[in-house]
Amino acid sequence: MKRFLIGVLATACGLSLTTAEAAVTPPPPKQEWSFDGPFGTFDRAALQRGLQVYQEVCSGCHSLKYVAFRNLADIGYSQNEIKLFAAEATVVDGPDDEGEMFERDGLPSDYFPSPFPNDKAAAAANNGALPPDLSLMTKARKGGPDYTYAILTGFEELPENWKELDEYSFLPRDFELQDGLTFNRYFPGHQIAMADQIAMAAPLAGGVVEYADGTEATIEQMSHDVTTFLMWTAEPKLEIRKAWGVKVMIFVFVLTVLLYFAKRKVWADVH
Amino acid sequence: MSDQGMMNNPVIRWIEHRMPIFSFLNHSIGTEYPSPKNLSYWWNFGSLAGIVLVIMIVTGIMLAMQYTAHSDHAFDSVERIMRDVNSGWLLRYVHMNGGSFFFIVVYIHIFRGMYYGSYKAPRELLWILGVIILLLMMATAFMGYVLPWGQMSYWGAKVITNLFSAVPWVGDWIVTWLWGGFTVANPTLNRFYALHYLLPFLIVAMVILHIWALHQFGSNNPLGIEAKGPQDKIPFHPYYTVKDLYGMGVFLLVFFAVVFFAPNMLAEADNNIEANPLATPAHIVPEWYFLPYYAILRAIPHKLLGVVAMFGSLLILLVLPWIDRSPVKSAKFRPIYKWLFWAFVIVCLVLGYIGAKPPEGIFLIVGQIATAAYFLFFVAVYFLSYIERPKPLPASISEPVLKGGGSPAGAQAKPMEKA
Repeated sequence: MKRFLIGVLATACGLSLTTAEAAVTPPPPKQEWSFDGPFGTFDRAALQRGLQVYQEVCSGCHSLKYVAFRNLADIGYSQNEIKLFAAEATVVDGPDDEGEMFERDGLPSDYFPSPFPNDKAAAAANNGALPPDLSLMTKARKGGPDYTYAILTGFEELPENWKELDEYSFLPRDFELQDGLTFNRYFPGHQIAMADQIAMAAPLAGGVVEYADGTEATIEQMSHDVTTFLMWTAEPKLEIRKAWGVKVMIFVFVLTVLLYFAKRKVWADVH
Repeated sequence: MSDQGMMNNPVIRWIEHRMPIFSFLNHSIGTEYPSPKNLSYWWNFGSLAGIVLVIMIVTGIMLAMQYTAHSDHAFDSVERIMRDVNSGWLLRYVHMNGGSFFFIVVYIHIFRGMYYGSYKAPRELLWILGVIILLLMMATAFMGYVLPWGQMSYWGAKVITNLFSAVPWVGDWIVTWLWGGFTVANPTLNRFYALHYLLPFLIVAMVILHIWALHQFGSNNPLGIEAKGPQDKIPFHPYYTVKDLYGMGVFLLVFFAVVFFAPNMLAEADNNIEANPLATPAHIVPEWYFLPYYAILRAIPHKLLGVVAMFGSLLILLVLPWIDRSPVKSAKFRPIYKWLFWAFVIVCLVLGYIGAKPPEGIFLIVGQIATAAYFLFFVAVYFLSYIERPKPLPASISEPVLKGGGSPAGAQAKPMEKA
């Protein structure tokens, strides 16, 4: 029996070793977020910078279909600013009384318009890969916002001699980057149809985006801001949820303490 | 219930005379329902399950007012609930996590029943009704998970309904019949929605029967011996009403901590992607509370046998009262069964862990060993009944309380006067 158990254990260790050696995508490193923890809230300035990054970079390919312009009131814009912001967008509406579709300026009640008329057009313009909608992105992948951030900062040039470098031991030995795809260490399969928009347009200093508040638009800064913004689009009620949560917890805690003493009093004659 | 005071109210007297609902309640959860005086906090989970059932039905009905059961609109309508419906996010997070907490509470309730032998005569039917409630809960939860029409909703539904294709000869025909078409699609979503709304009311009906059966002999207790007389019992109200309310407070603290601060902790990220019949997720995993059964299903390389083992792992609970031949109920007095029980708990946890892992390499082997151990538990329980020598049982419920308590004698006299 003992020998059998040792045998099982040895096989188990052997097997787990072999799986550990196989190619595994590195987990996204943990980041610090303003919305972490029970009292966390969204950093308003980061949200607004993130909106700018989405608007000027991501929105070229990615839709944000669950977010309406009116929702921007939540991240600190006035009704007037929202009207102006919405009016910059062109929205297809209709049909009118003649039965024709027509274009008009966006209204606060409109949703963020999608960059492509449909999924087929979106895929056709992107090497056959459909750029996913970003509304829920930070909740729709394991790792959440850390994963989004890791993807955005994880583009890199794969060196010719990667097979000799320890840093790339996570790659399968027969890995080959296909034409038109970009290497990204955190993406499953490590090749992503998304071009490295942020880094390509911002080779060294300065940014593809010029922040109004003077924050330096480094890749890390832009990735952090746009991820914060996308956490808000995915979980717009996060702040009110946590605020209510604190009140609810205090209420239930006091109630439970009272019930505990009520229970002790009622049971005093049984124990 | 201060029945004397209440009965002075002419309205209550008028109603009581025509329909004795107040005395009915009094005999059900009031002063006229005697309960063993020694119930531990493990006995709180029955009433907790009832509370969660009410929470689920209330939030579920309100969600149903906003939800659209159509494959083109279901995902969008859930997002609308999360964003635009007043407090819709709260309703949904309570309902979504309520499902998980329902299973946590019910699993503890079942393990308690197993540890203290609550399934034994004369409570076999009570136990069987409980297992039927568990089966109904599983069907309800499975269909409810399909409604948001995310990737896991869709593919989970596809994998689980496909299991029925393992039935010889008529399997494919059954699957088509379940789907209402040739794949999981809008007709499937519609019927799942209808059934998800129906089954909770069947659960309520079974809960009423469960409580009815419970009242015939009253609760089992940690000693597993029947009450010898009124000195062993206390009225349900106020003793267990207040204790259950206190338990509810503790439960709500944990539940709300998850709902308000980590509502997606138990959720699968893939379900935030709308269902796409053309893109299979890398790992299809069911909700956590199905993982042990999923592990059993995948441990067996033969499809039909896997399905049989999976359903068998649940149905075997129905005959547990007849597998266990030992006349002693509580594991406190069963030195070997006690360890067997904890081994069984660990096996269930291991199966849950394995269910979340891909069925390959070491996970498959451990899953197969744990599956064998799951069923061996019941075999062992059967033979144990004949070889185990139980410890001597106390003469009555009051006896160990009197001995162990060391409290002033006057304190014990009181409940007897009351009962």
